[in-house]
Amino acid sequence: MSLGDSATELGKVEGIGSARRGGEDWIAERLSSVALLLLGTWFLASLLFLPKLDLETVTEWLHGAGGAVPMALFVIVSFWHAVDGLKVVVDDYVTGEGNRWAWNTLILFLAVAGASLCLFALGRIAFGAAS
Amino acid sequence: MAAVRDRPISPHLTIWRWGPHMLVSILHRITGAGLSVVGLAVLTWWLLAISGGTAAYATFTKVASHWIGLVILIGLTWAFFQHLFSGIRHLVTDTGMGFDLKVNKLSAILTIVGSVLCTAVLWAYFLGAFK
Repeated sequence: MSLGDSATELGKVEGIGSARRGGEDWIAERLSSVALLLLGTWFLASLLFLPKLDLETVTEWLHGAGGAVPMALFVIVSFWHAVDGLKVVVDDYVTGEGNRWAWNTLILFLAVAGASLCLFALGRIAFGAAS
Repeated sequence: MAAVRDRPISPHLTIWRWGPHMLVSILHRITGAGLSVVGLAVLTWWLLAISGGTAAYATFTKVASHWIGLVILIGLTWAFFQHLFSGIRHLVTDTGMGFDLKVNKLSAILTIVGSVLCTAVLWAYFLGAFK
């Protein structure tokens, strides 16, 4: 059984399970949720334990690999998980194949744009001059 | 051949009696959508503000420390904890555990108690109540 295969052996024989595909998405959403469990906790704990949240302190924090790398991962996995999650909401509540496609595409484009902006900002902070 | 019709969409909220499990299920979606849209927008702005320097960061902190900004940030914190705890509950039920009526109800209530409690403690700390 591959990682994305959600059907049981009996289910395969009886033809029960995802109508087309979907096991992969289901697994991917859970993988990203476990990753966010760690990264989200790290993010909140970091904000909590930083002595101050002024520009100098957060810049210094994100200038080093210990801040920049987990933050980049947090950004990527957050946007990925958001796209997965919002897709479930769209697929559940939006009627019509065309409307669903339009919403899901819009969300995907916005998420890629948002994640790119975040990574650009992070790069500028991490590779810029130390304050 | 039968005409192609839109399949029914779920769920039909009005016919169910409300309970903690249902409330938590709905909250998981609402907080997920809120974190995806508002949360990631704030995160993007914050990172851009840090990379933008003194003036950009000052604008961010000015808005964030305004009472409307604080309400949004406190709301996002609660949404984070609610989605986190409810997400952990989902991962547990994905394994097939926690479906006994009493356990399921109790775990649903605990996610709400936990999220409110964690939000209160965290913001009491941020707003300097422990100093």
